[in-house]
Amino acid sequence: MNTLKKIAWELWLPIVLITLWLVLSAGSTSFYFPPLSKIMEQFVHIWFFDGIVSDLLPSLQRILLGFLLAVVVGVGGGVLLGLLRRTEEALRPLLELLRSTPGVALLPIATLFLGVGQEMKLFMIALACTWPILLNTIDGVRSVEPVLLQVAKSYRLTLLQRIRFIYIPNAAPQIFAGGRLSLAIAAVVMVVTEMIGSPGGVGYFVLNAQRNFDLLSMWTGIIMLGLLGYLLNFAFRLAENRILRWHHIKNA
Amino acid sequence: MNQPTATRKFPEPRTAGETLLSVRSLGKSYGAHQVLGDISVDVRTGEFLCIVGPSGAGKTTLLQCLSGLIPPSSGSVSLRGVEVNEPPAEMAIVFQDYSRSLMPWLSVLDNVSLPLRSTKMPKADIKKKATAALEEVGLAGHLDKYPWQLSGGMQQRVAIARALAFEPEIVLMDEPFASVDAQTRSDLEDLTLRLKQHLGITIVLVTHDIDEAVYLSDRVLVLGGKPTEVVDLIETHLGDDRDQISTKSTAQFAELRAKVYQEIRTQPAPGQA
Repeated sequence: MNTLKKIAWELWLPIVLITLWLVLSAGSTSFYFPPLSKIMEQFVHIWFFDGIVSDLLPSLQRILLGFLLAVVVGVGGGVLLGLLRRTEEALRPLLELLRSTPGVALLPIATLFLGVGQEMKLFMIALACTWPILLNTIDGVRSVEPVLLQVAKSYRLTLLQRIRFIYIPNAAPQIFAGGRLSLAIAAVVMVVTEMIGSPGGVGYFVLNAQRNFDLLSMWTGIIMLGLLGYLLNFAFRLAENRILRWHHIKNA
Repeated sequence: MNQPTATRKFPEPRTAGETLLSVRSLGKSYGAHQVLGDISVDVRTGEFLCIVGPSGAGKTTLLQCLSGLIPPSSGSVSLRGVEVNEPPAEMAIVFQDYSRSLMPWLSVLDNVSLPLRSTKMPKADIKKKATAALEEVGLAGHLDKYPWQLSGGMQQRVAIARALAFEPEIVLMDEPFASVDAQTRSDLEDLTLRLKQHLGITIVLVTHDIDEAVYLSDRVLVLGGKPTEVVDLIETHLGDDRDQISTKSTAQFAELRAKVYQEIRTQPAPGQA
């Protein structure tokens, strides 16, 4: 009963809005804003299942690979820089500058070196996603309780054990906070790189539909992007709740 | 009382009374500020030594020097003749603040198992040893909880179990019962006494509580002065059978207590020398 209530509480507004859209757009003859019912029809027609295979899966793969790459580089580099205090202090201004530079600003140069294919897209997604994870990992590694480090020293834990059992778990809540931010960034960069890059992907699909004056299909692509982002975030929260269970119960 | 399990092999105090940890002219300064003067003491195998002194006397600093966590500025510490430069494998430390010395992201069992991972022991053995240590301190039913789900006294028991699982010859304890209530405190004191007799380990415990020091000790090391030096080293002769009520009401206990109290009181308080 409680779960049902919770679901209902979360769903009522989207349902009201979608219903409103459905009703208000029902008689629309506007070229730019077709009726939602038509869009939904087209959505099923395009995406199930040809579109999913030809465009959604490549997008999903891109976003996941790029994000994964960013996690590896961000957490790995963050632990390293978190441990090497002096090096990090020297690199900090540079990192802050790079982080503040909008990721997509590098798009022109990335296309020069990497072309418009998969490499460039992955590079751009991973690059933009790395900063929040990297900087949060550094902070998380820095904030380890000094007593725990004395414990580690007195029980002769190796550096790798300290990283695995102390530094990374301590940084985990912050790594996840950075990761959630990165995932949103990944979706944006994915769409942008697909729009300027080679065919394939939901972003390319949306732009291509618009160029062909197929606004009905364009709308289905936009809806698909919304759904993709929502589902990715949902999956991310599931993973977070599992891995950070101790943190959530402790702070409940 | 729990019986020792067959798998545990605590070193017998085969050479009880022999010097285990030797402290020679130990001094520690922070810049121009000298905390520890010239401290020499021999900790004997199998004994319970309490270090007591006024607050601010550098008791924790001394313990950290003994364990090799921080280097002394002068003098030396050696364990069985081997100089201590880092915490030795034969030594375990119980820290003062249990809420900060246990990993909040690990279960009770994993917390106790963690030190054993630095050995090459198989996983099943690690679990067995950790479980045995937790049984020893009366926490058999709480293996899967997180430490912060337990009371303060129970958390300190987890920290003690972690030290025991490491199978040390000597355990250093830094004001281990300072932040628990009085009843829990006497329970933990008795537990510690029992473990020491039961497992034949040597214990060095730092405290500012004179009653606690006398009650637990075979010998009490009284610190004082500025910089801190050894004021006295007193044998308690209270025997192995101790009881919170009867031992503490003996004339011998009262005498020892008064003696230590006086020795601490006659020392100039830190900062007023």
